[in-house]
Amino acid sequence: MKPELDEDALIGALSTGEVEPEGLVAGPAPALATLPPPRGFELTPKSPAASAADGEVLEVAMGPHHPSTHGVFRMDVVLDGERVLRLKPVFGYLHRNHEKIAERTTYLASMPYTDRLDYFCSLTNNWAYALAVERLAGIGVPERAEYLRVITAELTRLLNHSCLIGFLLHDMGTMGTPLMYAFREREKILDLFEALTGARMMCNYMRFGGCRVDAPAGWLDQVRQVVDDFPRFLEEFENLITTNEILLARSQGVGVLPAALAISASVTGPMLRASGVDYDLRKVDGYGFYPRFEFRVPLGDHGDVYDRYMVRVLEMRESLHILHQALRDIPDGPVLDPKAKLRNFRPKPGEAYGRLEAPKGELGFYLISDGGPNPYRYRVRPPSLINLTILEDMCRGHTVADAVVILGSVDIVLGEVDR
Amino acid sequence: MTRLAAAVPGIQLELVPNGSPGNPASLVVDPAQAVAAAVFLRDDPGLLLDHVSNVTGVDWLDTVLKETTRVKQVIDGVEREVEQTTERRKPGYLEAVYHLFSMARKQGPVVLRQRTANRVDKVHVASLTPVFRGAEFQEREVFDLFGIVFDGHPDLRRLLMWDEFQDHPMRKDYVEPDDYEYEPTPHDEVLDKARRHYPVGATP
Repeated sequence: MKPELDEDALIGALSTGEVEPEGLVAGPAPALATLPPPRGFELTPKSPAASAADGEVLEVAMGPHHPSTHGVFRMDVVLDGERVLRLKPVFGYLHRNHEKIAERTTYLASMPYTDRLDYFCSLTNNWAYALAVERLAGIGVPERAEYLRVITAELTRLLNHSCLIGFLLHDMGTMGTPLMYAFREREKILDLFEALTGARMMCNYMRFGGCRVDAPAGWLDQVRQVVDDFPRFLEEFENLITTNEILLARSQGVGVLPAALAISASVTGPMLRASGVDYDLRKVDGYGFYPRFEFRVPLGDHGDVYDRYMVRVLEMRESLHILHQALRDIPDGPVLDPKAKLRNFRPKPGEAYGRLEAPKGELGFYLISDGGPNPYRYRVRPPSLINLTILEDMCRGHTVADAVVILGSVDIVLGEVDR
Repeated sequence: MTRLAAAVPGIQLELVPNGSPGNPASLVVDPAQAVAAAVFLRDDPGLLLDHVSNVTGVDWLDTVLKETTRVKQVIDGVEREVEQTTERRKPGYLEAVYHLFSMARKQGPVVLRQRTANRVDKVHVASLTPVFRGAEFQEREVFDLFGIVFDGHPDLRRLLMWDEFQDHPMRKDYVEPDDYEYEPTPHDEVLDKARRHYPVGATP
C-alpha cells in the first residue's frame, strides 16, 4: 500500500522546487495541535445538544422512488437522528380509478382488470370478484371448477409468500440470494399458470359460474410434481434463514402489533394471525370447498416481524397440505355452469359483498346492481391498503432501517394499494 | 335491531331490503346517532362487531319521478279529462356503507349506512374512525373520491388524488377535465408576443 502524502506539504514542496517524497513521509508526525485545520471545515465545535430537544427534527420524504418501498409509495417520516417520530404514508402514485373503469364496463369485462390489482396474485383476485358476482346473481359453481379454484389459489399463496419472504430478506440486506431462490420456485408455479390459463401473471381465468377452460392433459401431474418438490425448497429456505442470526436480530421484537390494535384497525391476513388472532376466512366463511379440506391456521405469539415471517412459512406448509388433498380428490366434470350467462349478463337489482382470504389478507368486492349490464357500484376492499393503517404505530420509535423491514413485513403491492 | 333501538335513545333506524336473494339487508342510521350505534354494535356481547371490513361510498343521483294524473278541466266551455304530467324531483344523496363483521364471534355482516341530506352542500356524516381504527384510510378515500365529509375524522385529507385536485371522480356526474395538469408556460407568452408582433396576414 502506498503511503499517503500530506497534500498541503506536497504542494508546498512542489512550489519551492524541492521534491523529496521520502523525506516528507519519513519525517516525524507533527503534534496534533500544530496540524493545520482541514480545508473546508470550521474550527468551532458542533454543539452536542443539537437534537430533538432543541426542536431539530428532520423531515424526509422516503419515496416514491425509494427501492425499499416495493413500488411507487411514499412515507413522509419525521426523524430525530435515526429514530422515527412520525410517519405518514402517501398514496396515489399508481391510482387509475379502477372502480370507475369497472363501473363503465360490463361485469365480465372488468375481470381482466382485477388481474392488475395485486399483480402477484391475479388468480385470487379473479376468484374474489367471481365470488361477489356469483353471490349477487346466485350462480352455482361445478365441483371440478371449485377444485381448480382451490388449487390455483393455494399455488398463488405459495408463490406470494415465498416471494414476500425473499423481498423481506432483501430489505434486510441479503443481496438477493433468498429472493432469487424464491423466484426460482415462482417460475415453476408461473409455468403451471401459463399452461393452464395462457398467461403467466395476468391470468384472467375465472368466470362467473366456474373457470374459463379445463386443465390441459397432464397438467395435474405437473402440479403434483411441483407440490412434491416444494417441501425441499422450503427446507432449504428454512435452513438458510429461519435461525439466521441477522434475521433474528433484525426481526424479533421489531414492529410489534398488539392483537387489540390489529382487530380495531381491520388488519387481516398473515399480519393479523401473527398477532395471535384466529381469523382465517377459509375457516370462518368456508367459501369454495375449503370446509372439505383439513388444514390448520398458524398463529403467532408476539406479533413482531419474525412472527409474520414464521406464520407465512407455516401457511405455505398448510397450503401444500391442502394441495395434496385437492389433487387427490379432484373429480372429472364440467368447469363452467351451463346456465351461467357470459353475454348479456344482467343481475337483478340488489347488492352483495364477497370476500375471501387472499394471500395478503381479506380481499373483498362490493357490488351494487341496478339491473343494468354494468355494476352501479363496484368497490374493491384492498387488504394491503388497510393493513398500512397501523404502519405508523408499528414504526414509531424504531430506526429507519427497521421501518424498511416493517414495511416489508406488511406485504403490500402498490397496484392494489392505489388501484 | 330492536335491541339497538332500545340501547340508543332516540335513534332513527330504517331497514333497506336487498333485492339480491341470500344477501343481507342493510340498516340506515342517522348520522347524529351513528357513533353511538357503532359503539353499541361493537361492544354488545351478543354482536361484538369489532371488524369493519369495508367502508365505501355510493352516489345516488337526483331522480325525477313522473306522475301522470287525469284532471278534469274546462276547455272552451266543455268539460274534458286531460292527462297532466307533473315532474317531481327527488333529491339524490351520498351514502357511506360500512360492512361490519365480528372477529370474536365469527359472524356477520351487518351493513350500516349513513346518508347525507343532499349531494351539493349538506354532505356531512359522522366518522366512525374513533370507534373503528380500520375506517381511517377508507373514509379518507370516500372523502377523496365522493366528497362525503366525515365529521370527527382525525386526519381528513385526500388519499389517492393530489391535494390540489378539485372534483370528486367517483361521483356519477363527474366530467373529466380536458387536460389534467394544464399550466401556462413561458412558451405561451412567447407565442402571444409573436402574434402581437406579427399580426395574421402580415409577412414577417
